[in-house]
Amino acid sequence: MDWIQTFNLTVGVILDPLTAAYILCAIGLSVHFGFTGLLNFGQAAFAAVGAYGTAIGYLTLKLPLLMAMGFALLCVVVFALILGIPTLRLRADYLAIVTIAASEVFRYLMSTSALKEVTGGANGLSQFGYDFFDWNPIPDGQYSFGPFNWTADQFWLRIFSFGLVGIATLLVWLMMRSPWGRVLKGIREDEDAVRSLGKNVFSYKLQSLIIGGLFAGLGGIVFVLAMSNVQPQTWVTNFTFMVWTVLLLGGAASMLGPIAGGMVFFALWVFVNEILAGMAALGWLPFLDPAQVGQVRFILIGLALMLLVIFRPQGMFGNKKELRFNG
Amino acid sequence: MANDIAVGTIEPGCKKVDPILVADNVTRQFGGLTAVDVEHLEIPRGKITALIGPNGAGKTTLFNLLTGFDKPNSGTWQFEGKNLAGVASYKVARRGMVRTFQLTKSLNAMTVIENMRLGAQKQVGENFLAGLSQIWTSQEAKITAAADKLLERFKLDAKRDDYAGSLSGGQRKLLEMARALMSEPKLIMLDEPMAGVNPALTQSLLEHIKGLKANGTTVLFVEHDMHMVRHISDWVIVMAEGKVVAEGEPGVVMKNQAVIDAYLGAHHDTDLGTMKKGK
Repeated sequence: MDWIQTFNLTVGVILDPLTAAYILCAIGLSVHFGFTGLLNFGQAAFAAVGAYGTAIGYLTLKLPLLMAMGFALLCVVVFALILGIPTLRLRADYLAIVTIAASEVFRYLMSTSALKEVTGGANGLSQFGYDFFDWNPIPDGQYSFGPFNWTADQFWLRIFSFGLVGIATLLVWLMMRSPWGRVLKGIREDEDAVRSLGKNVFSYKLQSLIIGGLFAGLGGIVFVLAMSNVQPQTWVTNFTFMVWTVLLLGGAASMLGPIAGGMVFFALWVFVNEILAGMAALGWLPFLDPAQVGQVRFILIGLALMLLVIFRPQGMFGNKKELRFNG
Repeated sequence: MANDIAVGTIEPGCKKVDPILVADNVTRQFGGLTAVDVEHLEIPRGKITALIGPNGAGKTTLFNLLTGFDKPNSGTWQFEGKNLAGVASYKVARRGMVRTFQLTKSLNAMTVIENMRLGAQKQVGENFLAGLSQIWTSQEAKITAAADKLLERFKLDAKRDDYAGSLSGGQRKLLEMARALMSEPKLIMLDEPMAGVNPALTQSLLEHIKGLKANGTTVLFVEHDMHMVRHISDWVIVMAEGKVVAEGEPGVVMKNQAVIDAYLGAHHDTDLGTMKKGK
């Protein structure tokens, strides 16, 4: 087993742009679930709308990249309105069912061959994102910080994606300390009580859905910039569940929760994979052939999520008191 | 005592000198059951009105209908002369008609003071963009001062920074009422405000409700505690099987033998201990 490689991969993923993409989605979900109590199981769709919006805006509509990103965020708002207006009057558990269905509908819509001209069908879209690296203000060369070793473009991508994470976290902090955030928390606790105090609950839930969706849309944008392509199979329900795991690991109603949750989750993800693969290669796990390691990892993550929800529902950073009285 | 509340004969659905809330033909059916069937009802302004009746009389359903939390099968009602039928519940509250719930709705994972602040109306910071800026902080300070004053009055000031979920049932009831008062309502509708409240606290709560009246707030409450009904209400409305069956001044209504027997129980005034001995 190559311990140095295991270590480098594990540490490297902490500042990977894809980690940032998941963190952004988890920040959005913290607005939905952690602060407003909306059970959104379709976060993959919000990220997918951000990703496809950027790709379609750039490739099909021939917009400059920055405008394509703006177009993507506009699409997220429209998607949130379409999803939210008919469903936000439903009880929380029905919302969960509708959102999970909506995210699958969107994914199939993107992969259908009828829209191949626009969406690329099952192959998705690629060949974009060059403009993004043209924005790179960092001089060419190799950049090394401890275990991290990046080219100028990799460094730029990380600055951009974690910069967005920082801005998103700051925004959520500002929102949740304001009276606006107080109304959201009230809705999480009891909608009718908030209604009886003269607040338009529906409007606040819709605002929450849009704002949390926009953070996921940014996550989708970071995702496509990092991958330079967008494919329908990325946005399966697994994506949503990984975002949920990241959020619950860090703490659903906390500022630093999504960040810490995302970093710890992906570090463990890579570490477990490397260790299992290493042990399987050494023949220590006779019941496991190396190809199965990927699946075992999902089983372990599922188990970890269950244990987390049962034994530490507030996550790493959540306030235990805020959850103790629930239910 | 001269009657300064009702006009003409005192009977179920009688006219009031200065009604704040007027309801007509309000009905609500649950399947075959008619839960509420109120032909005409007027609530006098600036008074404390008690709504009493046996369990299942439709008191809470009527509250739900009037405040927009439930939709009636028919009926219209006006608050301060303006139609209120079909108006969304949050708009009802904004017009100054604020209610509490029989099953207390304290916001458990929020602190007591945050519960209170949420009750205040017309907060600039409740707008998303304004919330991101700092322009709401001075209003927040005023709201907090008002909230602290109310908490002190309700003897909840020591619990200010505790989570509402850690309060006892009675304290939550008090918190809910104090929170409703944060909105400075014109009409406050209390659904069983005394249920579960420590008797030592009842007296101060009664004083506070009287204080509301002195400030010009109209109070309508549902209550089973006859002590409270007798001592603080100016007017009593009796409901049974969805209908208003009697109303009048508390002294008169409570002496009405039919009302006593049917809706309060023949022995409502007797101490359970003496009753046992007597029989």
